Amino acid sequence: MVKDPVCGMEIEEGKAHTRQEHGGRVFYFCSPKCEAAFAANPTRYAGEGRRRHGRQAPSATTGVREGVGGVKRIELPVFGLTCDKCVQAVEKALRAVPGVKKATVNLTAQRAFVDYDPTHAGLPALERAIRDAGYRTEGAKARFSIEGITCASCVTKIESALRATPGVLNASVNVATEEAVVEYVPRVADLAAIKAAVGSAGYRAIEAPAPASPGAADKEAQAREREYRSLMRKWWFGAAVGVFTMIMSYPWLFPLLRNWFPRGSPQLWYIWAGMGVASLAVLAYSGNQFFIGAWQALKHRSANMHTLIALGTGVAWLYSTVVLLFPHLLPSAEFVEVYYDVTVVVTALVVLGLAMELKAKGRTSEAIKKLIGLQAKTARVIRDGKEMDIPVEEVLVGDVVLLRPGEKIPVDGEIIEGSSAVDESMVTGESLPVEKRVGDEVIGATINKTGAFKFRATKIGKDTALANIIRMVQDAQGSKVPVQRIVDVVSGYFTPGVAILAILGFMIWYTFGPEPRIVFALIVAVTTLIIACPCALGMATPMSLTTGVGLGALNGILIRSGEALQTAQKLETIILDKTGTITHGKPVLTDVVVTGAFREEDLLRFAGGVEKSSEHPLAAAIVEGAQARGLLLQDAESFNAIPGHGIEAGIEGHMLLLGNLKLMRDRKIPLNALEAKATQLADDGKTPMYVAIDGKPAGIVAVADTLKEDSKVAIRALTSMGLEVVMITGDNERTAKAIAKQVGIERVLAEVLPQDKAFNVQKLQLEGKQVAMVGDGINDAPALAQADVGFAIGTGTDVAIAASDITLITGSLRGVVTAIQISRATMRNVYQNLFGAFIYNTLGLPVALGVIYPFFGVLLSPLLAALAMSFSSVTVITNANRLKRWKPRTS
Amino acid sequence: MTWDRILVDLIGLGLIGFIVWFFWLVKKKGVRAPTTSGGYQEQMVLVRGGYTPDVIVVEAGKPVRLNFVRQESASCSEMVLLPDFNKSAKLPEGETVPVEFLPKQPGEYEFACQMGMLRGKLIVE
Repeated sequence: MVKDPVCGMEIEEGKAHTRQEHGGRVFYFCSPKCEAAFAANPTRYAGEGRRRHGRQAPSATTGVREGVGGVKRIELPVFGLTCDKCVQAVEKALRAVPGVKKATVNLTAQRAFVDYDPTHAGLPALERAIRDAGYRTEGAKARFSIEGITCASCVTKIESALRATPGVLNASVNVATEEAVVEYVPRVADLAAIKAAVGSAGYRAIEAPAPASPGAADKEAQAREREYRSLMRKWWFGAAVGVFTMIMSYPWLFPLLRNWFPRGSPQLWYIWAGMGVASLAVLAYSGNQFFIGAWQALKHRSANMHTLIALGTGVAWLYSTVVLLFPHLLPSAEFVEVYYDVTVVVTALVVLGLAMELKAKGRTSEAIKKLIGLQAKTARVIRDGKEMDIPVEEVLVGDVVLLRPGEKIPVDGEIIEGSSAVDESMVTGESLPVEKRVGDEVIGATINKTGAFKFRATKIGKDTALANIIRMVQDAQGSKVPVQRIVDVVSGYFTPGVAILAILGFMIWYTFGPEPRIVFALIVAVTTLIIACPCALGMATPMSLTTGVGLGALNGILIRSGEALQTAQKLETIILDKTGTITHGKPVLTDVVVTGAFREEDLLRFAGGVEKSSEHPLAAAIVEGAQARGLLLQDAESFNAIPGHGIEAGIEGHMLLLGNLKLMRDRKIPLNALEAKATQLADDGKTPMYVAIDGKPAGIVAVADTLKEDSKVAIRALTSMGLEVVMITGDNERTAKAIAKQVGIERVLAEVLPQDKAFNVQKLQLEGKQVAMVGDGINDAPALAQADVGFAIGTGTDVAIAASDITLITGSLRGVVTAIQISRATMRNVYQNLFGAFIYNTLGLPVALGVIYPFFGVLLSPLLAALAMSFSSVTVITNANRLKRWKPRTS
Repeated sequence: MTWDRILVDLIGLGLIGFIVWFFWLVKKKGVRAPTTSGGYQEQMVLVRGGYTPDVIVVEAGKPVRLNFVRQESASCSEMVLLPDFNKSAKLPEGETVPVEFLPKQPGEYEFACQMGMLRGKLIVE
């Protein structure tokens, strides 16, 4: 019997449909279909066949079976190539690897093509060579969960089997999570080959979702869920024992039990001894994390909440046991009382608190989960002229991706064919679909609405806009709000301080307290240890920060750090860069004025035709304006650019002059009324250009940078929030004032050279104000860095804009308004939490110490203290979660 | 004052003294992160109830890579933050998570879990 290498069917050699030789071996096929499949890709099936037969394992060092030999050609993506010199460096490094026959590197494709002898050189060696040359080659990364890993030796076995697979760059196996992470070159190896390699080592690989995909978030949720269930089991055990101990600690309070277990009776002693054992079990099972945590912390000479709980419950248990075993230590048998109930109930309640905290905490980071969940899972690419669906991790830079209406765009890229409307709301927060044409950028994770198009992938994996956004949000969530530093100082002293307070309390009650002194002193000390909650203090700011930053991300606002978030709410002055921030930053044709000698269309047709030959930025505006009116533009017959003046050109048999006042004066063109018209246009912030045809004045074409649609609304909102809005621009005073008037800005800094913007920001800061600067991240970088908070107006996929504290993914100024609103809401939440946590501790501690006892004769029970402590940290998290309901207000 | 009261107070004062000395007065010795062939100052950090080692000494101006391995399931330690470097990382159980950054200014920087319960210090020289 032999096996069909394609379908795996067992067939008799004689009855086989057909046979084929490959690599010195004979393969048998059950049907023509299998034969054709084999012929199309013999290496794949030949490899499979071999592994199934268990003969001749692939060579461990090169990943290629001995004896196959021959030269193999491979294509490796190389990152970071910028110049010809780098190309040579990489080529040289590759050629130096033994076994490499030929290596060429293509700068534009960012690829290395290597011909190598697989028996001598392996892919890892090639990768090392590229890395040593200072560049990186990166394959796709895939994660597999592997069944049946039990020992460390399996790890090496699987890892070496994986590394031996052609196309695999690196592999690492994690025993704890039973997972393998494999880095591979997608065109050489594929998921099936990797799975087969794991299979050859005797294990089964199941594709696990890649990191930063919905699956990774699921895994985290699963880990949380596991921890939650374990905590709940601990709680139920503690609670069950707790009810029993609570009743039996005070049997004289219950009519029936009073008779059965009188105080001091031997049967009660036995019950209590049993409770002692049961509560020890609760400490060991339900409370083990407190004791382990306390011990670990102690080893690091630090103390935390675990230390306090372990101390409190431990002391109560020890005291009870000592009293039980040596009752004669106490002055009177009347004082013999056990506190096993404190041990058990406190442990149970704090565990319950932890479980609830975990549930609530899971919700704070929902924003990031939402972002991760946006990612597409598969992509349809065209390779070698064939359409194929592949996992998004295998898409390479340069791949052509095909998209139909309604599909999710898998990676970032540039449209090369077709057009469509794309819904980018999930990334930019902009609710209207954006029209995309050839040459336009598309962002991964956005949704194609109407048309079908092809685009070339430009950014993949962790370079995509979405991956950058996720990383930035994660980093920001991990940063610190400046007020947190005060909290940090406090909490550094907090836990040991509470322990000292507890000891002091014990001493005072023991020395001056009423009888039984030892009992009162003990209760006071234990209650003090338990009521103090460093958690509420520790969580107060990070929980709100996580929620606030996430909230920003969902609204298209990337907040870099907690510091930016805190400063944004204190802002007093906002400086807006004019070009590109208030306006589109691109001039368009706005007015055409004619003297009557020519019709408007003719004038524009001539001007547009002539300007087609010009490279001046304003020329493009005229050409586009003319084309937008459906005019057919002829080419200029002659063209002469006069620098600083304008142009002189011949078109459709006319001589045309187009330029400024100087040009008209030089050529002695009488302007008459046109000059007044031009002044008026200039007053409106437009740039007028005179047109003269055949030596006679013909009219004016004016271009201007137009306002963004929502600039006016946003500026009004900023003003109504009590902020001073200032416009900064390089334009002349007149133009600047005109624009400012249109959007309702009163203070204008005009004629500011780009390099002086930072200085102007500083000048405003010297007026004693907290100043924000809004501009584009590249030209305005120094000014953004100088400002207390720098807002960068982002466009498209380039979200990782340096120098900004806050990045607005949509170009809209409304983002500034929303960002400040979020900052205010978040900081309000932070202060609420901090206030709550401080008040709780400053009120709770004195009460626990018995300050109110002399006046009211009441002492706080340790059980109530445990309840209050658990409740306080849950309150903080719940309050932070409240922030999630926040919605941007548009006025 | 009876003898037992004096005894309790003396023990109490002794304990307070011990706490002050143990937690606040003793300077912890740090572990110097060795520089690896890649040019990074690398250090493995075990995360279990605390960070081991919890005081790491590095040189300024050279990139640092801290490899965190979390070997517990308690949710407190699921994230590590280096707020001074604006870095944070999720630490899935059992996985080695590298955190890279460049300390420019000498000084003492803290790293901690999200709640600030577990703390470590990075001393940049």
